[in-house]
Amino acid sequence: MATTTKVSALPLDYKATQKPRTLWGDAWRRFRKHLLAMLGSTALIIIMLGITFGPLIWTLDPTYIDIVDSFSGMTAEHPFGTDNLGRDTLARVLYGGRVSLAIGVVAMLIGILIGTLVGLLAGYFKFLDSPLMRLTDMFLSLPLLPLLLVITLLFRDSLRVTFGPELGIFILTVIVIGCLGWMPTARLVRGEVLSMKEREFVVAARSLGAPDFRIVRNHILPNVLSPVIVSATFSIASAIITESALSFLGLGFPPDFPTWGRLLFDGKDFLTLTPALVLWPGLMISLTVLCVNFIGDGLRDALDPRITK
Amino acid sequence: MGQYLLRRVLIAIPTLLVISFVIFAILDLSPSDPVGNLPLTIPAEVREKIRETLGANDPFLVKYVKWLNQFLISEPLNVIEKITGTKFPGSEERLRYLSWQTRSPIIDLILERLPQTLWVVGTAYMFAIIIAIPIGVISAYKPYSIFDQVGTFLAMIGFSVPTFFTGLIFIIIFSVNLKWFPSIYDTTHRVTDIESFWVQMRQIFMPVAVLTLFFTAQLSRFTRSAMLDNLNQDYIRTARSKGLSERRVVIRHALRNSLIPVVTLVALGIPQIFQGALITEQIFRVNGLGQLLITAVQGGDLPMVQALTFIFAVLIVVFNVIADILYALVDPRIAYH
Repeated sequence: MATTTKVSALPLDYKATQKPRTLWGDAWRRFRKHLLAMLGSTALIIIMLGITFGPLIWTLDPTYIDIVDSFSGMTAEHPFGTDNLGRDTLARVLYGGRVSLAIGVVAMLIGILIGTLVGLLAGYFKFLDSPLMRLTDMFLSLPLLPLLLVITLLFRDSLRVTFGPELGIFILTVIVIGCLGWMPTARLVRGEVLSMKEREFVVAARSLGAPDFRIVRNHILPNVLSPVIVSATFSIASAIITESALSFLGLGFPPDFPTWGRLLFDGKDFLTLTPALVLWPGLMISLTVLCVNFIGDGLRDALDPRITK
Repeated sequence: MGQYLLRRVLIAIPTLLVISFVIFAILDLSPSDPVGNLPLTIPAEVREKIRETLGANDPFLVKYVKWLNQFLISEPLNVIEKITGTKFPGSEERLRYLSWQTRSPIIDLILERLPQTLWVVGTAYMFAIIIAIPIGVISAYKPYSIFDQVGTFLAMIGFSVPTFFTGLIFIIIFSVNLKWFPSIYDTTHRVTDIESFWVQMRQIFMPVAVLTLFFTAQLSRFTRSAMLDNLNQDYIRTARSKGLSERRVVIRHALRNSLIPVVTLVALGIPQIFQGALITEQIFRVNGLGQLLITAVQGGDLPMVQALTFIFAVLIVVFNVIADILYALVDPRIAYH
């Protein structure tokens, strides 16, 4: 009797200690070992918490004008200083971060969606491959920054009328950045799909009579997910930079609506008076982009199934 | 090879046509008015007349074909005439493509601004290549050494920090605090003697440094990964076991092969840097092409914007072709089909 309990107890104990290893668990394990990526994620989480909850703690109104207290420098009252109208830079940086990050994420989603769709279609359906790749090549040959400038300038007013000044520009910027940034993802996904299509498990699924849609959804899409995630991370970074560049050239959001790029644009005329005006928003852009890039690097290493540590 | 070249060039032509159509369409469909900037005192009939003479009321396709004809045939002839000083038959009747803002021929304005951009961008690109390749090679030769780690980290910062921020930081440090370099690039400055040359060097330093930093970050990483791929190949082991010196193995064998993708990247990067210079020119007030584009965009000067955007697109397509041809030239493994 005693021996049987012992024998049955062993596998029970064994099961309890050895958790099943999952794909995402493995990825997380590898990601944790990437020091810079972990640092990046921590810093990014802090930044995100800051811009989400910061305005609740730092309750100064970013649009409150206090002309007497302009260019105050870094004081206890205004830790990041104030601008030419006496508006608090810390409050403006916090609000600006919301817009900049929101643009980064939404533009990335649009770009990734289009890119993945085009890539899947081009890779999976042979008759679509050539026309879609031609289209991708054509988009890659468009001069992005000049076109962005032109499109924002030309369609700004009509969208402003329809959606209001802030939302209008937001929609425009996000759509334009997304629609001009999907090409690398499309190429990447197409390549992955092409190599995936001839694999045994896809052939097996097809010979069992699975329709194209199900093959793509259940067999191909999960397998191209990791490069898509990596490319999504990097495209957040580039979307943030592009939006800041647009704002920096004076063609982004309206002046009293702070985004990081806009703050830089407004601050660059007062470099000799208070460098703090460009220092903080610039640092925030750089830090955010740096963190996102490190995370992307970490994800690339972590999600690559060929590297198994 | 000749056939490959020809085919590659021929493919570029429809691409260019489509791009020109897209650029033209975006700008033409936009609600921008050529007479919008004229004084409000001009009566409506006169306004309409001006619009008519500018050809703004023509049907869309007519405008496109006119534009294409102007851009592909008339303007190149104008440029050749301007540069060589010769006259082609019919040069008097040939139209000049005019800017709405300044009423002067666009091509003249562009030719006027081009040298400034080429100077700044060209110098920066050259420096970046000179600096980046050795860094990439050393990083790859001893991967994960301290040099490599520091290099990777700096490169990451180099392409994460946008040029408009590095530019402003440079101004704060070098011209506001240290007063070493002027923050504004004076394009009227002429180099005549040693002293004026020195002034030129000082004013070009910051814009060039900002752009160099950015390109170096990208190029050095790319060189590193290309080198790493090659250093692990069998032929490197063969070269070493033949008893060749390390120097020879790295430089003659590994580097030469690694430069194949690097050369393509360098060619592909040239149009990008013209666009990157847009921002740098704005920071340091260099009155180059980028600044021309921005003032044109702000002033709603459609012909100028169309011309410049199209030129940027042409640059991209042309350098894509050049990159492909270079690739085929330096890499004998590429089959021409």
